[in-house]
Amino acid sequence: MGSPHRLASGGIVDRGTSRTFTIDGRSFEGVAGDTVTSAALANGVLQVGDSIYRGRPRGVMTSGVEEPNAFVRINGEYGESMQPATITELVDGSELTWEDGIGTLDQSVDPAEYDHMHVHTDVAVIGAGPAGLAAARAAAATGVRVMLFEQDFALGGSLLGRPNEVVEGIPAGAWIEDVTAQLEQAINCRILKRTSVFGSYDSNYLIALEKRVEAPGTDGVSRQRVWHINAGRVVLATGAFERTLVFAGNDLPGVMLASAAQNYLGRYGVLAGEQVVVFTTNDSAYGVAADLAAAGASVSLVDSRASAGVDDPASVDVHHGSVAVEAIGSDRVVGVRIAPRDGDIQQTQQLPCDLLAVSGGWSANVNLHSQRQGALHWDDDLLGFVPSGAVRDQSLAGSVTGTYWTDGAVAEGIAAGSAQPDPTTAQERRTGSGTTDGLWLIPSPAGDFDTHFVDLQRDETAAGVVRAVRAGMRSVEHVKRYTSISTGLDQGKIGGVLTIGLLSQLLGEHDMASMPAGQPGQDGAEGGATDRSPSPGAIGTTTFRAPFTPVAFAALAGRARGELYDPARVTPAQARHVARGAEFEDVGQWKRPWFYPQSGEDMNAAVARECRAARTNVAYMDGSTLGKIEIRGKDAPTFLNRIYTNAFAKLSVGKQRYGVMCGPDGMVLDDGVSFRLAEDRYLMTTTTGGAAKVLEWLEEWHQTEWPELDVFFTSVTEQWSTTVVAGPRSRDVIHKIAPDLDVSKEGFEFMSFHDTVLASGIPARIARVTFSGELAFEVNVSGWYGEAVWDDITHAGAEFGITPYGTETMHVLRAEKAFPIVGQDTDGTVTPQDLGMDWVVAKKKKDFIGMRSYARAGHVEEGRKQLVSLFPTDPELRLPEGSQLVTTDNTPADPLDGIAPQPIPMIGHVTSSYRSEALDRTFALALVRDGRTRIGEEVMASFEGRFYPVQIAEAVVYDKEGARRDG
Amino acid sequence: MVERTAVLERRRSPLQRMARELETGSSANAALREVPFLAQIGLRVVADTPSAAALEAALSGPLPEGVGDVTGLPGDRHVLWLAPDEFLLITPDEADGGDDPVRITDELTAALGELPGQVVDLSANRTTLELRGPRAQEVLDKSCRLDLDPVAFPVGSALVTLLGTVGVVLWRVTPDTWRIMPRSSFATHTAQWLLDGMREFV
Repeated sequence: MGSPHRLASGGIVDRGTSRTFTIDGRSFEGVAGDTVTSAALANGVLQVGDSIYRGRPRGVMTSGVEEPNAFVRINGEYGESMQPATITELVDGSELTWEDGIGTLDQSVDPAEYDHMHVHTDVAVIGAGPAGLAAARAAAATGVRVMLFEQDFALGGSLLGRPNEVVEGIPAGAWIEDVTAQLEQAINCRILKRTSVFGSYDSNYLIALEKRVEAPGTDGVSRQRVWHINAGRVVLATGAFERTLVFAGNDLPGVMLASAAQNYLGRYGVLAGEQVVVFTTNDSAYGVAADLAAAGASVSLVDSRASAGVDDPASVDVHHGSVAVEAIGSDRVVGVRIAPRDGDIQQTQQLPCDLLAVSGGWSANVNLHSQRQGALHWDDDLLGFVPSGAVRDQSLAGSVTGTYWTDGAVAEGIAAGSAQPDPTTAQERRTGSGTTDGLWLIPSPAGDFDTHFVDLQRDETAAGVVRAVRAGMRSVEHVKRYTSISTGLDQGKIGGVLTIGLLSQLLGEHDMASMPAGQPGQDGAEGGATDRSPSPGAIGTTTFRAPFTPVAFAALAGRARGELYDPARVTPAQARHVARGAEFEDVGQWKRPWFYPQSGEDMNAAVARECRAARTNVAYMDGSTLGKIEIRGKDAPTFLNRIYTNAFAKLSVGKQRYGVMCGPDGMVLDDGVSFRLAEDRYLMTTTTGGAAKVLEWLEEWHQTEWPELDVFFTSVTEQWSTTVVAGPRSRDVIHKIAPDLDVSKEGFEFMSFHDTVLASGIPARIARVTFSGELAFEVNVSGWYGEAVWDDITHAGAEFGITPYGTETMHVLRAEKAFPIVGQDTDGTVTPQDLGMDWVVAKKKKDFIGMRSYARAGHVEEGRKQLVSLFPTDPELRLPEGSQLVTTDNTPADPLDGIAPQPIPMIGHVTSSYRSEALDRTFALALVRDGRTRIGEEVMASFEGRFYPVQIAEAVVYDKEGARRDG
Repeated sequence: MVERTAVLERRRSPLQRMARELETGSSANAALREVPFLAQIGLRVVADTPSAAALEAALSGPLPEGVGDVTGLPGDRHVLWLAPDEFLLITPDEADGGDDPVRITDELTAALGELPGQVVDLSANRTTLELRGPRAQEVLDKSCRLDLDPVAFPVGSALVTLLGTVGVVLWRVTPDTWRIMPRSSFATHTAQWLLDGMREFV
């Protein structure tokens, strides 16, 4: 199997290393160093998938990331769609499918890994063409850290297509090898190939995607890696994109960018056509014509300009002042009709060809520059948007500046790499690569623009742009969205400027009056000309955004998937909970035991059993997740008095107090019990989810409002492990583990605590406090001993039948006592008074956060939602939390049926809902407008389109007199 | 009276049950282990005040002066700078000849006396992971946004940072040895995250 278009020599491919592959089931052979398109072209395959909407045959157009036509699906365990074949490195044995401009997402799970890497460098050089290589070499020579990023798998950039050009006195191929070797030897330089810098952000923060090839399939080796780079300086050597020209049939397979034809020849040794017409508006294609002719092709050159800035190439037939008006062929180009540029376009001459190489000028690749709001301007000589100057701590080098000649690019690279000023003057840049003819639209003999393609990927033509303008679109942003030009995978790398050039011809002076300002590159936007005659500069370009090239979401996710997605915080006794078969509930990032089902039990049965144990016997739970903050300072009492709504200054040492903290609006923020350890020391507890927020709250008030107070805070959440022992027999269990402690009702008062040494020898702080209404103790020990003390309580309680309980039982028990859960029964609009906790708001304190708000009309008027309980008429009905409540007179005649005929005012909603084992029925907590005055009233709970009668009752539904807390 | 050694034997470190996993995931390139039960005492005093002087006298050495600084003190003790008025004293495990963290806390609390500041036993608040090997820095680069180059992050410095999404104290003790101190509840996740990043170097 031969490769008919591969020359015997030339290029940097390894002809001795074969790569076999299939496309659409046909087998081909390429060589190492090929891309999919270079191998396809070597085998005479020019045609790729059809166009997305019109189904027109399409061919390989480019040799880079700007490719609009040649997309493959790489089949395999996990298929990858819409891979530009021009940059897809040929892998032996790959199975490929051409895609018709649209991909399909593989629905199976991608087994590949993606990861991230965070690095810092002194200099980041982006692009390894002549300018980038020279910049990296110069930067490395100064001894600083250098990283060189190249999206291709080979270094050299455009020079790879021109291996015989002389650079610094030696052939380009040798120069690339020479510089590469120097960089590889420099210990301060790191080269990342196959790595596209796709985002550029403030402070020279760059993001890049690397397609890794080392050790594929090895465990832990990612397939793609997202690099986060913090760079001291950035050198943008990102090159330029060649543009096509807009003429009839310019999408036929065989119409290719001139630079691509040169690149396939020079880099891959592939002659894409034997009879070539080169159609150009500038000097750059003359070298292409010369190279193709030298490789044996028969070449004609059609130049729209009357004369060029360079000599006509040897053995090339040159047509000056002519343009291609139509490419001829059905599924590939077989010829081109040319006509005089400024004459009668019906006077055509036909040139036969199998390749039409086109150059419509160059667009500097300013994407990353513009992402940083780097200024652009339209240059009429260069016929493109070019940077007006570099962004702070960045340099520009080479074609990205409009310096389209190699010596200039190398000189700029050397200067940029060593932080020297730009050596090229504006005048040199404007004239250094000759003039480009501003030819945006070439009429066809047939008179229509229906096959004059502007954006090949979106299948959009000049006719579409005309339609947009006739529909009133003026701004390039509007035309983009009206036509969808530049919205494809290539993001208009070729078609963007073509559209703007076209607009400059379609719009009249009167249209420019309504042209919105503010586009990148627009005259006036950066203090330049404000002349609004139609020109690309008066229109400006669309905004450049990340990503420069496509990035898979999987790559952005990196390793933060599955188990590693979010930390699961666990307590010291976690292994014991797992061993007991606990089901876990996520509370913030914490995994908390939810309930401990025994064999054959469902959740309801387990919770009922756990509730019975706590109310009638003894039960224990892991309370270690509560936030804990130690507070010290002589002003700590004053500070807490201001933070909490109730008084803490006079709390006795050895005692605890429940406190509520509110915002300045008087709404509940968090709650918890605080211990007074000494005159100047407290231990505050917070809700499980609120710990970090509360510490920040304390620090904020201290640092910004009351810096004069002597008080310090330290989070000690994980220093302590807490086991709650609750139930009438909890005293017996505590007595066994802490024999030195007087646990009698008199000896150990409610809301006091004692430091002791347990029978095990472990120091502990034991507190009497209850969140269930039952007699209860909290055993606090160093986290190192959390598991040991859990075990000791398990053993000590065995003779009493001690039962572990989880958060669900805790919720039921506390709801029966109407202890609110901040964030569940409150939502940022609820005051302590709304919760029925007027007692927790001090009346005599001078000031505290929220105090002023309680005098505001909105806080004292009727109509506030208040915490009450609900009893559904059906005692088995458990209301969904969040159910809305309405009055009975607003519901339909048959309350159990149908939707109300009109909107019904809502009077409240259910915040918590459980089955009470103690009451042997369901109940709920709810926030109800004027709820406390509605006690005894029947209202309707609405959910799932039906209405259910419920009775409003006092919030506390069990042990209202609080008789149980002393056991 | 229970023997102190018997009490110490009942301690469990957050990663004790992952010891095998850590060993299996380790190699000469990058090895991960837990260094459990270091005493850690949180110190909050403002530098150059009588409070700082009182603690420095009790510690027989200076508190670190600025971000990243770590001071070494007699008795294999180190003080890490965490914030302008926040420091972390780290001393060896009591079972390895170190002191009972409660005793150190009591001594320093006494030294501070009535002066402003705070001394808090935080020994169980964080655990310590040690990541060692020529690829250790690369493993950390996967999750840590700091510049870990030895010039930017010299041996003997420590910084408060994020590893993935978890807050840690990161302390470089030799060119290739790092101590990583997450809060105890995050220890399992942190270890799993590091092991994941080490897989390609095993």
